[in-house]
Amino acid sequence: MYIMRKIMVTSAKPANYIYHLLESALVKLDPLWKRLGYQRSEKTIAFFEKNIKAFLFDCKMCGDCVLDKTGMSCPMNCPKQIRNGPCGGVRDNGNCEVKPEMRCVWIEAWRGAKKLTPDSRITPDLEILAPVNHRHKDRSSWFIKIREITDTSGDRNV
Amino acid sequence: MSEQHRMASADSAGENLPSLAGHFSNGRLERVLRNGDFAVTAEIAPPDSADAEDVYRRAALFDGVVDAINATDGSGANCHMSSMGVCSLLTRKGYSMIMQISCRDKNRIAIQGDVLGASAMNVANMLCLSGDGVDTGDHPEAKPVFDLDSMTLLQIIRKMRDESEFLSGRKLTKAPPVFLGAAANPFAEPLNYRVHRLAKKVVAGAQFIQTQYCFDLPLFSEYMKRAVDLGLTEKVFILAGVGTMPSAASALWIRKNIPGINIPEWVIKRLKGSDNPKKEGQDICVELMQQLKEIEGVSGIHIMAFKQEESVKNIVNRSGVLDGRVPWMPG
Repeated sequence: MYIMRKIMVTSAKPANYIYHLLESALVKLDPLWKRLGYQRSEKTIAFFEKNIKAFLFDCKMCGDCVLDKTGMSCPMNCPKQIRNGPCGGVRDNGNCEVKPEMRCVWIEAWRGAKKLTPDSRITPDLEILAPVNHRHKDRSSWFIKIREITDTSGDRNV
Repeated sequence: MSEQHRMASADSAGENLPSLAGHFSNGRLERVLRNGDFAVTAEIAPPDSADAEDVYRRAALFDGVVDAINATDGSGANCHMSSMGVCSLLTRKGYSMIMQISCRDKNRIAIQGDVLGASAMNVANMLCLSGDGVDTGDHPEAKPVFDLDSMTLLQIIRKMRDESEFLSGRKLTKAPPVFLGAAANPFAEPLNYRVHRLAKKVVAGAQFIQTQYCFDLPLFSEYMKRAVDLGLTEKVFILAGVGTMPSAASALWIRKNIPGINIPEWVIKRLKGSDNPKKEGQDICVELMQQLKEIEGVSGIHIMAFKQEESVKNIVNRSGVLDGRVPWMPG
């Protein structure tokens, strides 16, 4: 929802805190996911993730979530899905060149990033975000994160 | 002369020069810039035809006044001859090309293949762009690809060149020696972050930058000052973009309809007040080029004379920015 999306950026700090809290809770529950079977667990987690994040961030379930690196403004809402924005077409009023009624996702990202920490990740360290892994589409990025942390077999395709 | 010999002589006269220490490409643009000469590049209008002569005719308009020619990649999301096609025709004549690559129409598989193909045809320079949205062009129903963005595209081509491998890690048997470029728009919001974004492009691999039209020189000077202060101009060559406005009406149209292009009021006023607005627009361009050359950190000019390509020679000569230097031309 557009209005929620803006609220999440405005409250980027608590939103990010809760987001990480939830993520670490899900990681701690790994034994449970293992017992239930990872495949079945992912489906359940994905169901909740999809609904919660669609409401709060207009999430597109790319499965490659970078919200904490983009000031809690989801770059998948950029019509060009730019992971390292903004592009050169931002309007004078700060709105998108493709969707003139929408605030540029990346102007929002900078706004949110400034609130996260003084050395928020977009601003000083020049980190370049990797292109989206399209194999993760419609998968739970939370679950993928859990498995990255808990899976020690070294298999990239968890 | 046999075909093989003819190709060889075109190569030695044009691109594919012998490798030089500290250089990444075998092209002339990088040499001119590293030599400290003030460079001039221009955008060629790709034809809406399948006729090679159209391309040669349009390129010849720039003979002797530009160091490299930008081949646009469906700019404004409109269909034209591809940048790959234009480049392959013109490198055969020895022209120095800047192949523009937009992320709008091709995914990472297609783009990396094009990089190899273009490099094999002596394209020495590539300009990495995110690209315009499809909605602005003549095929708004098209599927926007945007698998990569300008930053990740820069990183990927740099990896191909420096590490001799694809993004996937698979090895190349010959790396493409390319001089890597990117675009910058110092005039679009968020203004405060534009220099930071430039720094990011340098980190990603940009070695030269071509900017959006520069009309607002106070704003551009401020941008350049910050770039110089951050030491960016020691790592990247900045070519300031200029253009010719044919009339006040079209300048107003651009201001209203093309986001990210900043045309100050004085430009509109001068065009309005002139009996010959087309000439006035060219005069403005000449004056801007001369003033831009004086700004610290500016290494060259990039001319985007949309629908006025035939005036480029005259504009460059009148501006005197080449200081009497005559860039290579087929001869």
